[in-house]
Amino acid sequence: MHASVRQAVSVNITPPATTGASRETAAPAEMRMTISKVNFWYGPKQTLFDINLGIATSKVTALIGPSGCGKSTLLRTLDRMHETVRNARLEGEILLDGKNILAQDVTQLRRRVGMVFQRPNPFPKSIFENVAYGLRINGSKLPMPEAVEKSLRHAALWDEVKDHLHKSAYELSGGQQQRLCIARALAVEPEVLLLDEPCSALDPISTAKIEELLVQLKDLCTIVTVTHNMQQAARISDFTAFLLNGQIIEFSPTPQLFTKPTDARTEAYITGRFG
Amino acid sequence: MAATSTTVPSAGPLAGSRSFFDRLRDGDEIARLVTLLFAASVVLITLLIVYELWQGSVLPRHKFGFAFFRTSVWDPNFEQFGALPFIFGTLVTSAVALLIAVPLGIGAAIFLAELATARLSDALEFFIDLLAAVPSVIYGLLGIFIVVPVMRDVIQPALKNTLGFTPLFKGPAFGIGFLTAGVVLAIMVIPYIISVSREILLSVPRDQREAALALGSTRWESTWKVVVPFARTGIMGSIFLALARALGETMAVTMVIGNTPAIAASLFSPGDSIASVIANQFTEATGELYTQSLIELGLVLFLLTFILNGLARLLIVLTSQRGGAARA
Amino acid sequence: MTMNAQLRWRKFVSNFMLTMTGVCALISVSVLFFILGYLVYHGGAAINWDFFTKLPAPVGENGGGMANAIVGSAKLLLLAACFGVPIGFFGAIYLAEFSSSKIAFVVRYAADLLNGVPSIVIGIFAYSLAVQPFKHFSTYAGGFALGVMMIPITLRSTEEFLLGVPRSLREGAMALGASKWKTIGTVIVPAAYRGILTAILLAFARVAGETAPLLFTALGNRFWSEGWNEPTASLPVMIYNYALSPFEDWHRQAWAAGLVLLALILIINIVARAILSRGISVPRA
Repeated sequence: MHASVRQAVSVNITPPATTGASRETAAPAEMRMTISKVNFWYGPKQTLFDINLGIATSKVTALIGPSGCGKSTLLRTLDRMHETVRNARLEGEILLDGKNILAQDVTQLRRRVGMVFQRPNPFPKSIFENVAYGLRINGSKLPMPEAVEKSLRHAALWDEVKDHLHKSAYELSGGQQQRLCIARALAVEPEVLLLDEPCSALDPISTAKIEELLVQLKDLCTIVTVTHNMQQAARISDFTAFLLNGQIIEFSPTPQLFTKPTDARTEAYITGRFG
Repeated sequence: MAATSTTVPSAGPLAGSRSFFDRLRDGDEIARLVTLLFAASVVLITLLIVYELWQGSVLPRHKFGFAFFRTSVWDPNFEQFGALPFIFGTLVTSAVALLIAVPLGIGAAIFLAELATARLSDALEFFIDLLAAVPSVIYGLLGIFIVVPVMRDVIQPALKNTLGFTPLFKGPAFGIGFLTAGVVLAIMVIPYIISVSREILLSVPRDQREAALALGSTRWESTWKVVVPFARTGIMGSIFLALARALGETMAVTMVIGNTPAIAASLFSPGDSIASVIANQFTEATGELYTQSLIELGLVLFLLTFILNGLARLLIVLTSQRGGAARA
Repeated sequence: MTMNAQLRWRKFVSNFMLTMTGVCALISVSVLFFILGYLVYHGGAAINWDFFTKLPAPVGENGGGMANAIVGSAKLLLLAACFGVPIGFFGAIYLAEFSSSKIAFVVRYAADLLNGVPSIVIGIFAYSLAVQPFKHFSTYAGGFALGVMMIPITLRSTEEFLLGVPRSLREGAMALGASKWKTIGTVIVPAAYRGILTAILLAFARVAGETAPLLFTALGNRFWSEGWNEPTASLPVMIYNYALSPFEDWHRQAWAAGLVLLALILIINIVARAILSRGISVPRA
């Protein structure tokens, strides 16, 4: 279990100044991850500009913004998935528990920072084997059936699949497959879970189930989610960052960003005038 | 009859509800019939092949029946024809070929699909395609003058010294035989495995690999435990294609296999394959039974490659469908 | 954070295996260069003017050339093209422009089947149809066998390129009142000509090196073959016979013939791909 996570954390993030880049001003110890002065290029084109952001422990942080604003790009730097693309270049610092992830071994990093993708992508294996995959490659000594059950319960999928663990994952519905992907990611007990528009390919009922799930998972790990659904961000997140053209325009506790945004562009976005 | 030649506006240029006479006048009907004739001749030729093979082997089929496949005696003088040695030779050389070509081919395909840059991958694929264009007789030429001496002087003695206690590597080794033919065949079928497998690996959705990496896999683990299994049906298809090619391969095998209808455990032994015995003996076959027995061998070869090619195509189609199924 | 032993092992395995795949690729590609190297080395030395102009010397004597084989191969390929290309080409037009999907399925299936038939079986087929009834071997029979092998490649590729011509081009012609066959002849085929040419060239390259179908159709000939009704020598069969012979001089000539044949085939392949890579000559819609 995550002993380190069970702290009663009351996070105080005072709203930052509104022009240009945002600054997080809360105490660093309560930040699971800290992003400092990050700039990002795809080939010659710069897509992220001077990003500074703190991801609070055991909270849900949402990244919102119109298409192409860089929110997914930013999310993918957090587990160094940008390195799978040849022309990607990152400058700056990203800290996990105070240590720079860019200086660490990437394989270990990705065990600690997990990711769920936009479209469900279970492996062509059974439900059981999908969840067990991460455990197996990390040489886990845990008894598999118990570990798999635990993850599936955390993903609120256990009751639906417990009698069908050896069926192919592709026999599940879209929403179930996405919850399976969440279970698969949770199995290696990550400290941070990144979700890239996890519900955009799903129907409303599955979306509601996953939203509920994410709020519960806060206790287990820190959540960062990208969403283009503002209502979703308003519903489930504790902190929201609004990005536009590769920059963070505003970063505040969610209720504040949605009721009293400090930047005119934020207000324009959340009232639907663009994006 | 009133030739109402008003052309009805149709859904598209390919659909048309013009009258027969209109079409005839414009020459379209003639064009359709003429091209239909050509297309039909393709089907006709294919059917004719099956027919000629079947009819042309009527004597041995009636005389030997299924014993043709179980008998190992092939004696033209006494009109005894048993196909077993040739089936054996074909299977053994193909097995050796696959044992060598499959690991090499899949390994190379993985490199081309997962590791190489797009430009390097395309450049190497260009050379691999050229390799597939080299005719069989040239492989045979190289087989006789390069591979056989190397086998005889270097490889076979080495194998004998290390693994000579197994029945596979016993006996005199002259450089020709099952092993050499298998090696030459392997070189010939590698390009097929590589190009088909590479394409299939490239079509595996990106997020499968990313999901594996995101769970903390090393690059090899994500490739071997996720991407390759995802593509396994299509890769199987490429292996079947390679096998079909190996079975039908004539010239290169004929030139290095030794042309002796022998069934032996040792890979150093000379032997014969279905295709090579046909190539060697067809023009010298005297008497109907002899010739028709060779034709029956041709029928066997036809059926084997037909089944394998059909299976291969099925498997490759199934893989591309699986990619769709994964996007539930 | 220090790596534990298990992670170090996993990373080692990863680097090792990925390097091995590179080795596999290297081995596979280098085979081509080995082949070319040996052919140039052995064959290059043996090529001389005699090779292209003289007939084979009497058995056992040194010298002579393969002039008759070169001409013979050319004649066979010409016949093959005359038989196989029209069937493939017009058949493809039928499939792409006229046929229903059911008939199209049958024809395509037959073509794929034909493509997979081993060449020696094609040889048997051509023997039954073109040699046995006439009781003698001939260039016609060899050309027929090779022509049958050209059909599937020509057909499938041509069909693909015809289907690749955008709808907008067809509709433009039809809208001007062109009948179907006029549209095909003046618009669609010209638009797809690069691909069709490539298809024919690749079919050529494929059958130029085929030996097995010629063994019992065109057979062979140590002299000039008169007309089309006699057996004829061909490059691939000469290579086969000479390579298996006990004469050193014949081995030398086999290398030369191999070089000429492979050079021809590779050049055709490269040219065909070059034509194709310049794109289909159809403007973007």
